[in-house]
Amino acid sequence: MTDAILQVKDLSRYFRVGGFRSAGTLHATDEVSFEVAPSEIVALVGESGSGKSTIARVLAGLYPPTSGQIIFEGQLQGRRTSRKVRGRMPMVFQDPFGSINPVLRVGHSLLRSLKLHRPDLDKAARRAEAVSLLERVGLLPGGEVLRRYPHELSGGQRQRLGFAQALASRPSLILADEPVSMLDVSIRIGLLNVMRGLRDNEHVSVLYITHDLASARYVADRMIVLYAGRIVEEGTTQEVIGFPSHPYTRLLMATAPDPRLPLASDTDVADLGEPPKVINPGPGCRFAPRCPLAMDQCLVSTPTMVHLSPTQRVACYAVEQP
Amino acid sequence: MSTPVLQVRDLRVEYTTSAGQAEAVAGVSFDLAPGEFLAIVGESGCGKSTMLFSIAQLLTYPAQTVGGSVLFDGIDLTTLTPEELRQHRWRDISVVMQSAMNALNPTLSIGAQLADACRAHTDWDDHKIAHRSAEVLTMVSIDVTHLKSYPFQLSGGMRQRAMIAMALLLEPKLIIMDEPTSALDVVAQRSLMRQIENLRKELGFAVLFVTHDMSVVSHFSDRLAVMYAGEFVELGATREVFDRPRHPYSNGLMDAFPSIVGAAKELTGIPGNPPSLVNPPGGCLFAPRCQFATDECREFRPELIDSEGRAVRCHLVNPRVTS
Repeated sequence: MTDAILQVKDLSRYFRVGGFRSAGTLHATDEVSFEVAPSEIVALVGESGSGKSTIARVLAGLYPPTSGQIIFEGQLQGRRTSRKVRGRMPMVFQDPFGSINPVLRVGHSLLRSLKLHRPDLDKAARRAEAVSLLERVGLLPGGEVLRRYPHELSGGQRQRLGFAQALASRPSLILADEPVSMLDVSIRIGLLNVMRGLRDNEHVSVLYITHDLASARYVADRMIVLYAGRIVEEGTTQEVIGFPSHPYTRLLMATAPDPRLPLASDTDVADLGEPPKVINPGPGCRFAPRCPLAMDQCLVSTPTMVHLSPTQRVACYAVEQP
Repeated sequence: MSTPVLQVRDLRVEYTTSAGQAEAVAGVSFDLAPGEFLAIVGESGCGKSTMLFSIAQLLTYPAQTVGGSVLFDGIDLTTLTPEELRQHRWRDISVVMQSAMNALNPTLSIGAQLADACRAHTDWDDHKIAHRSAEVLTMVSIDVTHLKSYPFQLSGGMRQRAMIAMALLLEPKLIIMDEPTSALDVVAQRSLMRQIENLRKELGFAVLFVTHDMSVVSHFSDRLAVMYAGEFVELGATREVFDRPRHPYSNGLMDAFPSIVGAAKELTGIPGNPPSLVNPPGGCLFAPRCQFATDECREFRPELIDSEGRAVRCHLVNPRVTS
């Protein structure tokens, strides 16, 4: 794929942990490679601590990568991202209550990002554009919402505002870090539909970060499953949901709460433990301690990604190779 | 059926707001049998947490219980003095709060916090306290070495389990849980629900569980109540409500979340917002959002009518008898 708008190659981000003299290094993401095509929603799925938010934060330029390359719209990114790149690849944050300045009207922040990122617009055009942005994410009537304060908006409306703000700089890719996980279940679906609308009507790609497989299935074209900082499985949504290959993906499938399914017995799936903190990791598959299929080989060397189909890849020794 | 451990009758809670009195809980009644697991689901602002707090007598101004009774083992909790309530708290009823990160004291070790609860409610000596603390932590699958750990050293799932261990200290008959799973991701959610299920079978306490995500409780609760704008709109056996929801709102909630199985279909959620609780509209409170609403629905408030263990508040299910 050469037409990808984002290519990530062997991206790693480590954090030094512990005290002043500590030699501990937390491997938040380790040699992660993936691509995002135009008008595509890619879901990054994993538990807390799997490194999914770290990837988004590195891409957004909130901290530099430890190693690896980020090629965005054909340009290799340096350690600092420019305002132009941040505008083309904005981020929507998880917490709609913490990410919006409560003392300023909705219009203030929206018009300000238009002023910064769209110097071609004059004052009247900016206002018209702001109203249109709000209406494109379902905040109606836009002119009215522009005058409101954030506290007058519900959580779902604030998250829509987050997307409107991201859209203001005419992005090609929106980084959405768990945009619905703090919202009520009944409101989530509206936001998921907003993301689908952005892809279908505005031709924006979305990197959708979530721990919820069901919502990822609903919006995403492709899915990337992360465990302890590494990609364990990748494929189209139909492949990953229809034929989950990695034991960890199967664990996520089995624990997804779904009243329409009988309760999966815990004995069929891997240990319901917790993902490890990856400090100074040794060799071997990081899922091995919880894995029902673990073999001797898994403990001593790290499995590499193998293709199961042109689009599906998995990193696991126990998976039969085609 | 054995004598209920909890009988709530026509419970009403109001908030004082600048616009007037808002009725957050508008006449809720139910029974909870010993060892039963009742889940209450609804959107934010439907009054589910307010109701729990009212049952536990934990409301503070501007919220106030203005009517109804909460009978626990035959004693009306709403009439007790704070000192009398203290005798029942923890020993008979304990509460697990939504956010374990905020409910635990960050400056004290888990062991110190468990001991604190014991000293406040029992006359146990240090030896007995240490023994029991280790016992309850083991029950929730946390290693006893974590008695010395501080909350920040535990993961989100472990903190929430530590909260449950704390609730179990004095073997209460009823544990009230306010969205204990909402800050956890799916695997931790499942393991917590499993834990609650096993402990309930083993120790026989009743659970009152509030959540906005009905899929979490779908396999674990005995009965399910769907709450909307301060009222129960549907109450029945969990499986039955899931398989055959009868109230249009329950039906809408059921269709509001995507699934990992079945055909991929377009979902719409429930359009509109819950009504204002200050001067609620006449008629059915759900009528403005209901696609099946008739003139009758907009005019007359439906009653919660029980038929064969399933109670539904809807004119379409229970046609109004006009005389």
